[in-house]
Amino acid sequence: MAAKDSGGQSQSQRSRQEADADTTEAAVDPEIAERHEAITEEVDDLLDEIDEVLETNSEEFVRSFVQKGGQ
Amino acid sequence: MKTQNLNGANLGGPEILTSTVGGSAAAPEGTRLESMTVRRIMGTEIEYGISVPGQPGANPMVTSSQIVNAYAARPELSKGGRARWDYEEETPLRDARGFTYTGALYDPAENLADEDSGLANVILTNGARLYVDHAHPEYSTPEVTNPREIVLFDKAGEMTMAEAALRAAHTPGIGPINLYKNNTDNKGASYGAHENYLMSRQTPFADIVAHFTPFLVTRQIFCGAGRIGIGQDASEHRFQISQRADFFEVEVGLETTLKRPIINTRDEPHADAERYRRLHVIIGDANLAEYATFLKVGTASIVLSMIESGVFDGTLGIAEPVAELRAVSHDPSLKHKIELRNGKRVTAIELQQSILEQAEAYCGADADPDTREVLDQWAYVLDALARDPMELADMLDWPAKLSLLDRYRERENLGWGAAKLQAIDLQYHDVRPEKGLYHRLVARGKMKRLLTDTEIINAMTEPPSDTRAFFRGRCLARYPSEVVAASWDSVIFDVGADSLVRVPMMEPEKGTKAHVGELFERCEAAKDLLDIITAD
Repeated sequence: MAAKDSGGQSQSQRSRQEADADTTEAAVDPEIAERHEAITEEVDDLLDEIDEVLETNSEEFVRSFVQKGGQ
Repeated sequence: MKTQNLNGANLGGPEILTSTVGGSAAAPEGTRLESMTVRRIMGTEIEYGISVPGQPGANPMVTSSQIVNAYAARPELSKGGRARWDYEEETPLRDARGFTYTGALYDPAENLADEDSGLANVILTNGARLYVDHAHPEYSTPEVTNPREIVLFDKAGEMTMAEAALRAAHTPGIGPINLYKNNTDNKGASYGAHENYLMSRQTPFADIVAHFTPFLVTRQIFCGAGRIGIGQDASEHRFQISQRADFFEVEVGLETTLKRPIINTRDEPHADAERYRRLHVIIGDANLAEYATFLKVGTASIVLSMIESGVFDGTLGIAEPVAELRAVSHDPSLKHKIELRNGKRVTAIELQQSILEQAEAYCGADADPDTREVLDQWAYVLDALARDPMELADMLDWPAKLSLLDRYRERENLGWGAAKLQAIDLQYHDVRPEKGLYHRLVARGKMKRLLTDTEIINAMTEPPSDTRAFFRGRCLARYPSEVVAASWDSVIFDVGADSLVRVPMMEPEKGTKAHVGELFERCEAAKDLLDIITAD
């Protein structure tokens, strides 16, 4: 699992870095920057709540979510 | 059980519920299907993920039935004995390309949704259907006429599932059952979120294949629900835009459970087949965000209207639709260039912008308000996606989820394979208000909404007013003891006569509140209603 993870990771980081670079350029508009910041703050605040509501054993929770195929 | 000697009511049918027999099929009287509008008969059907904490081996047929039956214990649904589903008009093996499968090529599991096989089914007073399909509880909305109402009843379905799970948890002998409005277990299984659009029968199916495919391949940039994992079994750990993209393997076909096609050919109109086809769209993700659902169905309906009018010239045809569907989904930066049949290369945003430009020209400045709202929001999200998809973290699912994951990942310094991140991915879709991460965002006022909770709660029991779902829902609410079965296009009554009376409803825009609302106030018993609507 770990080996596959690193393979996907580098590509993902590349695309995220590209996106980040674009964001910096686009953020000249102060209104957009302000809105972006407001959203970010709220999301940061939410992280603590996530820790509170997330199913206790993440690994077991994810592993035991097994579905039969549907349509 | 009485035999269904149908008293002749199924032949012509009351005029307020069916089209006039002998009316011109070539020129449908309703202009709705042919005018430049987002409005048309539509609906969604969502299969929910189901799980018993600590028991991954629990039989999902049994637990799904427990969910449906727990909800069926609601007072308004349990007082008159439960109405069965009427299968008379169902033909899931019919193919839109003009032939009918005889069964050899067909998965028999397709027809499992039957009380006779022991799987639960309940028809709700809002005209929706809650039942067990393919080892999942499924909610089919009533037929509605516009995208805002799709959101309303799709969200009512979500609340219905949440209440069903709560009721199940309080039923002796049944443990907690959790439900997820998502489309994959990340272990190879996928389950559907289907959309249905009633279309003109005159539109050649080949036109739908040619012109709807480029739209479907690229619309995920605003209606994808987000997923950690690449491949059906998620063996590669990184984020992609869509839950469903990796499960589609062919361009066109009848299958829905394996070799899933981008364009599904099931031809089962649940209406007058001379005039209508029901396009069964199986490629979408289940959405939590109200605007994602709104745009998903709103843009699709406009594009279908353009196809019906012959607007497209074919220049947006994609060279390899199945491969591009995945490539677009796998690139949240939205930079991927899709190769068109004519050799040009465009991003998904550019392709959508091209469709939007044609839609603006097609709908014109005098578009009705429902259509205008879809066009405006469509333009807004495409512009925002071009700037920075994270601007839409308060409006659409995949940016909302990715934003959460990115922040959490940065704070905890986690790789994409971390179980915590996968748990967040999954729990985003939990239908419980106190546990679902989408719902936690909503509770903080951090998701833009189209609806209030009060409207949604009301829609759990009240039918839409402007389709035949009104008649179905009101019959069930008003005459629970007399309605023995119903389906999309029929209601069957037992009013104490020798035989059952089957009232067909082959015209989805009849049986509305305007047509029959007053009758329900006037008729104390189902027999009185039948006397009126079956009299010529």
